[in-house]
Amino acid sequence: MKIRLDQVVKTFDTFRAVRGVSLDIESGQLVALLGPSGSGKTTILRMVAGLEYADGGHIYFGDQDATDIPVRDRGVGFVFQHYALFPHMTVGENIAFGMKVSKTRRSKPEIAARVQELLRLVRLEGLGDRFPAQISGGQRQRVALARALAVDPKVLLLDEPFGALDANVRRDLRRWLREIHDELGITTLFVTHDQEEALDLADRVVILDQGRIVQEGTPAEVCREPNSAFVMRFLGDANRLSANVRGGQAFVGETAIEAEASSDGPAEIYLRPGDIEWQPAGEGLAASVVRVLDRPGSRRVLATVEGGAALEFDVPPETDVRAGQEGRLTIKRARLYPA
Amino acid sequence: MKRNVLPGLPLSLGITLFYVGLIVVLPLAALVFKAASLGPSEYWAIVSSPRAVASYRVTVLSALVATAFNLVFGLALAWVLVRYRFPGRRIVDAIVDLPFALPTAVAGIALTTLFASNGWFGSLLAPLGIKVAYTPLGIMVAMCFTSLPFIVRTVQPVLEDLDPALEEAAQSLGGSDRTIFLRVILPLLMPALLAGLSLSFARSLGEFGAIIFIAGNQPMETEITALLAFIRLEEYDYQAAAAIASVLLITAFLMLAATNLLQARALRYTARS
Repeated sequence: MKIRLDQVVKTFDTFRAVRGVSLDIESGQLVALLGPSGSGKTTILRMVAGLEYADGGHIYFGDQDATDIPVRDRGVGFVFQHYALFPHMTVGENIAFGMKVSKTRRSKPEIAARVQELLRLVRLEGLGDRFPAQISGGQRQRVALARALAVDPKVLLLDEPFGALDANVRRDLRRWLREIHDELGITTLFVTHDQEEALDLADRVVILDQGRIVQEGTPAEVCREPNSAFVMRFLGDANRLSANVRGGQAFVGETAIEAEASSDGPAEIYLRPGDIEWQPAGEGLAASVVRVLDRPGSRRVLATVEGGAALEFDVPPETDVRAGQEGRLTIKRARLYPA
Repeated sequence: MKRNVLPGLPLSLGITLFYVGLIVVLPLAALVFKAASLGPSEYWAIVSSPRAVASYRVTVLSALVATAFNLVFGLALAWVLVRYRFPGRRIVDAIVDLPFALPTAVAGIALTTLFASNGWFGSLLAPLGIKVAYTPLGIMVAMCFTSLPFIVRTVQPVLEDLDPALEEAAQSLGGSDRTIFLRVILPLLMPALLAGLSLSFARSLGEFGAIIFIAGNQPMETEITALLAFIRLEEYDYQAAAAIASVLLITAFLMLAATNLLQARALRYTARS
């Protein structure tokens, strides 16, 4: 089912949560709504679900205007951050709930068979008789997904689905959700504030800030061509240097930096830690090492450059570098944004 | 040795147990002891006398009706107080506790004045042929009044803690409002409702002050069991008073045991295995 948002607006009291968002989600895609808290991503998801009504604009499911269809008739599967499993029902009863209350009558054996099928899909065979309090967080979230899928939703919506889980379970569930999505081919929209999760999982990433879409595209597009300093900063560790553009070339102090510059004047240069190379001596930006942090696959160097700006970059684990050492930095890639 | 987190546990445990023994168990034991000093046949004759049986009937029936009434309105009141924001909500919330705080005799006198045939309510009901004061209906009204806070106050916190996402999840799965209330909200409120129910019923069984003013206290008709025990006491017939009181005690005890059992059943999903 293709979903289209057309100039959707939502205001809570005086807070403008969503300020005119238009978005197309192709059928069968897995799309991430990514943004800091307060960016309106959850509100957008809840409006698509029908748990919140839009103050303005339209939401289309296929060709149908779904803006005013109440949630119970909208045919969406919704997975909540804190699972929202019914605590007084067993896992099996939770999964069966939607089938039991729906207008389409199903026979008992039919429901039981479907519950077993879904338990197999989410790899929880044999846990159907447990209560939610008796299973782990990761298992609960899988039950919540099975429950949402039981009613054959046209669209699957997930609100920070892995937010309450610890890092390892989170990574496993992420891969697993991708597999399930590829198996079922259901249009899926999920909300996250974790860029790694969005980039890992989604076909397309929609980055939001203050109720507006800042950029959308495939993970490769948003990573390689961030269209603003905000996106650059939000997607991962970024170093910022103040620069001056003169004659189409950017200068930090007196050192020229390889970057596409358009107009002359002050600008900001953004660099990923991997865009910087360290040499004890030679050409480049003069820097002095403040601290070295050891990580499993590399060493992270914290340094200051002339003018006092702080930079972080990574060097291979065998590199011999110490606090207080002076050296030179070569910049391999940089992105320039007008200040 | 395993160290306790709280200091002075043996001391505080000792004091608590001593206190419970002194002010709860001892008087009850004395009551049972007194009643037991009667022979079985004497005891049976007293507790099964027609006047006593009539008092059980009117007390238990009125308490059942009052509790059923409070179940519906107490739940509705708790619902409104938790779910809606309206001017005066805090005042209503405070008024709910009034029956707790008010001396029950005051409540009894106020209700009698209102429901007497020349009172504000009574004069309106009289043309319809409904008499409240000096009838079992009056007993029910008094019981309703004094036991209303129990259901409201037990259900309210549970309702407040109910995760709104549960209802949203049920909605997204296609549940109607009715289904959601019956299958999701009500089962989750059940333990609290049962607790409120048993407290409300026990309070109604034992209520004295509010009822004797409005009931008329006609033997065989509007005489409650607690009053009968009191009358025997006035007659210096301590054994008979104790025997009748022991029936109330046993009823309340059985009722609490039954609701505790039901509550445990309703809460079995919270057990981790």
